[in-house]
Amino acid sequence: MLSDHTVSILIFAGIDVIMALSFYLPASAGQLSAGQGGFMALGAYTAAYLTVQYGVPFPIALAAGGMIGGLVGLAVGFPALRLRGLYLVLVTFGFGEMVRVLFLNAPAFGGPGGFAGIPPATTVWHVLGLLIVLVYFFTRLSGSRMGRAFAALRDDEAAAEAMGVNSTYVKLAAFTAGGVIAGLGGALYAHYTLFIDPEAFGVGRSLFVMLYAVFGGLASFWGAVVGASILSVLPELLRWVKDWREIFYGVLVLVMMLVRPQGLLDPALLARLSLRGERVAARG
Amino acid sequence: MFAQQLVNGLMLGGAYALVAIGYTLIFGVLNLLHLAHGEVFMVGAYVGLALALAGFSPWVVLAGAMLGAATLGVLVERVAFRPVRNRGSHVTPLITTIAVGLVLQHVVVKIFGAEPVAFPAPFAAAAMTIGPVTLTTLQLLILGTSLALMALLELVLRATPTGMAIRATAENQTVAGLMGINVSLAIVATFAIASALAGAAGVLLAWNFTGLSPFFGVKVGLKGLAIMLLGGLGNVTGAMLGGLIVGVVEVMSVAYLASSYRDAFAFAVMILILMLRPTGLLGARLQTG
Repeated sequence: MLSDHTVSILIFAGIDVIMALSFYLPASAGQLSAGQGGFMALGAYTAAYLTVQYGVPFPIALAAGGMIGGLVGLAVGFPALRLRGLYLVLVTFGFGEMVRVLFLNAPAFGGPGGFAGIPPATTVWHVLGLLIVLVYFFTRLSGSRMGRAFAALRDDEAAAEAMGVNSTYVKLAAFTAGGVIAGLGGALYAHYTLFIDPEAFGVGRSLFVMLYAVFGGLASFWGAVVGASILSVLPELLRWVKDWREIFYGVLVLVMMLVRPQGLLDPALLARLSLRGERVAARG
Repeated sequence: MFAQQLVNGLMLGGAYALVAIGYTLIFGVLNLLHLAHGEVFMVGAYVGLALALAGFSPWVVLAGAMLGAATLGVLVERVAFRPVRNRGSHVTPLITTIAVGLVLQHVVVKIFGAEPVAFPAPFAAAAMTIGPVTLTTLQLLILGTSLALMALLELVLRATPTGMAIRATAENQTVAGLMGINVSLAIVATFAIASALAGAAGVLLAWNFTGLSPFFGVKVGLKGLAIMLLGGLGNVTGAMLGGLIVGVVEVMSVAYLASSYRDAFAFAVMILILMLRPTGLLGARLQTG
């Protein structure tokens, strides 16, 4: 049996992977979001509020968290239609900050004191189960009509539109799905930590989620999986450097990005790793 | 009361504007976001703190912070931007600068500790009253310094060869290079100027808040980003105007509404403006990053 410590590492790493995937999904359609922490907060607070205040069963609260994340994702997607590239990064950044301040000022959710007394519900199996579902989803997505529309939109919006891709619909779908995944991640997080406060979902969270996915490489969803796994376990491996840990961590990430600006899993590496690789490389 | 708050807001806004100008200069020239700029600002303030504790005069503190921050900024360009400038996507520098920011934050934690520290006041405060407004010498110093630095920047950008090289590089890197401008040098100059302004802002805000912490840069950095967007990416005048607006709005919101919302206002104003005018207040007709 796994020790409590190992379980907690696995659960947090799993949630980080889920969050990185929630960033990857819109990013695969060229929509960079620096506000995934905001969606995570919405999912976490929604689910926690339901289980604490109304005794709602965990699976339903989880679904509700994902749903709220998706709805707000859709709402954020609309203004995002007008913005591109770094403008979008900055606006989603602002969105994340607004969500944080909103919860900071909501007494019903504990305000700055945080929201406590959440019943324990999340187990490794929940996290692993969701990950398996997501991996299946992303594997199916990459070859589907929608997945190809994402890639087309990322590579060249004008060309994609000319080829008949409905960019409005595709972008909104990407944002909504990203919001759902982040909401689910937040709900799982809340029912494991049993206490949440707005600071847990601030800018730091959003930036790290982006860091995980880009570190792993944006060429495939496996990049997000690998990047988040490595970077969320790395602090554990760096225990021996004690309070130099953050500095080591930062230097390692920096060096890695300088050596491989495309991320860990770039198209060339993916081609060598997979049987269908030739096609991935040709597309990437 | 209102006039007093207005002056307080302008004072805060002036310092914010200095930070935002840095973001916008770098964005204008490189089309990239510098996410460690808040940390450069923070390190500048700590350099000022070290000098102030050593007993130097306020002007030396200010100049030292600017110099320290400028050196650091040039270093950050060297380490986090130049190696990935023509490789990777425009996301890569976001990640390298996040990493650099993390390192800077924790290096400062190692040296000065993670707790907030008090920042010594530059001199005993004397107050003077003009009509309904009371100004302390410190407030005058902060407001005056930020306005003077902004005027100096305008002058440098408009009338010196370096300034012209920076503007030409911002306009079009390739063509600027063809015209004989040393583009790499212009980029280094941009980082030096942007970081020096951030260092100055660090000291000014530390004077204003009478203290600082290693995580001081995160909040102010975020505000700087919001202000840059507000003014229009790459637009220096826009950043100045945006900074003053955000400073005033923030002080007014604390005075007349709830203080816990103060950090949301910068972003609320930013998102509102982007809905109505996606290119910012004074932005060009261009909205792709």
